[in-house]
Amino acid sequence: LRVALFITCFNDTLFPNTGKAVVELLERLGCEVDVPLEQTCCGQMHFNSGYADEGLALARRFERVFADCDAIVSPSASCTGMVRDHCPQIAGRVHELTEFLVDTLGVVDVGASFPHRVTLHPTCHSLRVLHLGDRPLRLLEAVQGIDLVALEDAEECCGFGGTFAVKNADTSMAMLSDKLRRILDTRAEVCTAADTSCLMHIGGALRRQRAGVRTLHLAEILAATE
Amino acid sequence: MSGGFPEAAARALADAQLRRNLGKATSTIRAKRLATVAELPDWDALRDAGEAIKARTMATLPEQLERLEAAVTRAGGVVHWARDGAEANAIVARIARDHRSDEVIKVKSLATDEIGMNEALAARGIRAIETDLAELIVQLAHDKQSHILVPAIHKNRAEIRTLFERTIAKGQQLGDEASAIAEAARLHLREKFLTVPVAVSGANFGIAETGTVMVVESEGNGRMCVTLPEVLVTVMGIEKVLPEWRDLEVFLQLLPRSSTAERMNPYTSMWTGVRPGDGPQEFHLVLLDGGRSDVLADETGRQALHCIRCSACLNVCPVYARTGGQSYDSVYPGPIGAILSPQLFGLERHATLPWASSLCGACFEACPVKIDIPSVLVHLRAKVIREQRKRLDPERLAMAGLARVFASRARYERAQRLARGGNGPLGRLGGRVPGLSGWTAMRELPDVPEQTFRDWWRERRAG
Repeated sequence: LRVALFITCFNDTLFPNTGKAVVELLERLGCEVDVPLEQTCCGQMHFNSGYADEGLALARRFERVFADCDAIVSPSASCTGMVRDHCPQIAGRVHELTEFLVDTLGVVDVGASFPHRVTLHPTCHSLRVLHLGDRPLRLLEAVQGIDLVALEDAEECCGFGGTFAVKNADTSMAMLSDKLRRILDTRAEVCTAADTSCLMHIGGALRRQRAGVRTLHLAEILAATE
Repeated sequence: MSGGFPEAAARALADAQLRRNLGKATSTIRAKRLATVAELPDWDALRDAGEAIKARTMATLPEQLERLEAAVTRAGGVVHWARDGAEANAIVARIARDHRSDEVIKVKSLATDEIGMNEALAARGIRAIETDLAELIVQLAHDKQSHILVPAIHKNRAEIRTLFERTIAKGQQLGDEASAIAEAARLHLREKFLTVPVAVSGANFGIAETGTVMVVESEGNGRMCVTLPEVLVTVMGIEKVLPEWRDLEVFLQLLPRSSTAERMNPYTSMWTGVRPGDGPQEFHLVLLDGGRSDVLADETGRQALHCIRCSACLNVCPVYARTGGQSYDSVYPGPIGAILSPQLFGLERHATLPWASSLCGACFEACPVKIDIPSVLVHLRAKVIREQRKRLDPERLAMAGLARVFASRARYERAQRLARGGNGPLGRLGGRVPGLSGWTAMRELPDVPEQTFRDWWRERRAG
């Protein structure tokens, strides 16, 4: 199966390990991965920040870049949501990674092994925009050696929200500190999610606190064979 | 309102007691709502029906309002049309004066709060007495509402006791028991119910088919107001009309479960015009536009008018739960307020409210009539940005720069190379951005990695 990777500008520039993990994972599962290098940004940041004209122009550009691709896979729930809502020509062909694994490939056990204590932050856009449901959890549960611990109030926002974290920094921090408390309560070594942006937010605070908890994108755990 | 929502929120966040009160209250009602909603297997179908009825009503609003007017008139009521709050307030004042009353008793009503009726009446020498317990608390404390349903949610029992002791209990000590505190309110209100000749209410629904107006409540004080006085005046936003009586089947299931997490609210009062020897002998319905027609003209924004004021979106909102309602500077706080206030009272006045959300979507998920609040927020953000187009602030410049970068692969890859040295538009994304102090106060910024993903990919393919 040929797959075009929609890596997202954010992962491409700041979190390349997420992309590498997706490539390794998909190839291991027998997919032929291509990365259209014309891709830049889907326009979500501009659009959600109120720069609708700029955001929609980028969405149009994105649509052209991926026009000829059959299956488009992305490791970001929120960027997938943007494309699904604003790129009608390709909306039906864009899959968030866990959707692609569970629904298209029909696999839950991806042959990963990750002997660590992990908690999942399900992320707002995974839950309420894409309705991923328990797909991320089912994939994690099938990972060998994993010690998966439930996160309390998991469905509550971590306070990132793109420019929200800057424009309403105090409120964002109040939300984040509650999320951190829940994460630390789990005594997990790793906090994972299907979106790097939330993880940047959570991970940035964990690093500041030297909490000893790492953040890893879900793909990095699913690609692991420790 | 200089700093808008972010500043007001920062002040509220500093109040640890407020955060505890709100956190506790909202998480309790959240859990209860989920349980009550889960009892109905057709909950989602009910929400669809609610949405569809509201959408149809808005599409035929002029017709529905004329039907309502005809039905109310037929039943012996008098219908008044008010373009704005000032007109509505003048109508209510005139009715009170016609009955030589310098007091009116009030059923809890957001519409009258919205138009500042109490203050407008006071300026004409008429005292409006709130009879809803929480509204009474807010009124006696000269405070502002912080929740649609529970306007005094920010106050605890001790504060309320002290307030009553120095006002309606006239110095009498009330003790710690909730019942004793409530008794003080009861004694004060009973006298008013029995002596004040004019009552003012809002309306949850007005039925075009029958001319029936209706209020749902928990305390029964509203029931007193709509039955005991000689004259009843209802101020109703024009969007509260429902075409048919049978539409109530849907809304009387949606509203109490979403609002108080009850299967049924304790008091549902309905009245249709007047009836000799039974209840008020004079009924006035004031239909308030107050900017609603303008909202109706906005195809995306108009769904805000579908709101049935249940407050579920407030209770599930992670922002509201931490900042409280007063940060929203409006009688309509929370997520619904963030889309209603800018549309009803001016985008300029409430320019920061569309950003008072992380777009987490909890509100949309809880809304009993499926108002897509996140989409309306984004729509209003775009409106604000468009209106401020001439202003050259750093954010606009950064966004314009990034849009240029993302518009071309060559510029994008050049920006990625610059970012490694912490320079260029993408470098600033990953660090050293002026105005990012809010971020760095609590979080580290990610280091820009040595190699982008695409460089790795190219290398791997070449390799």
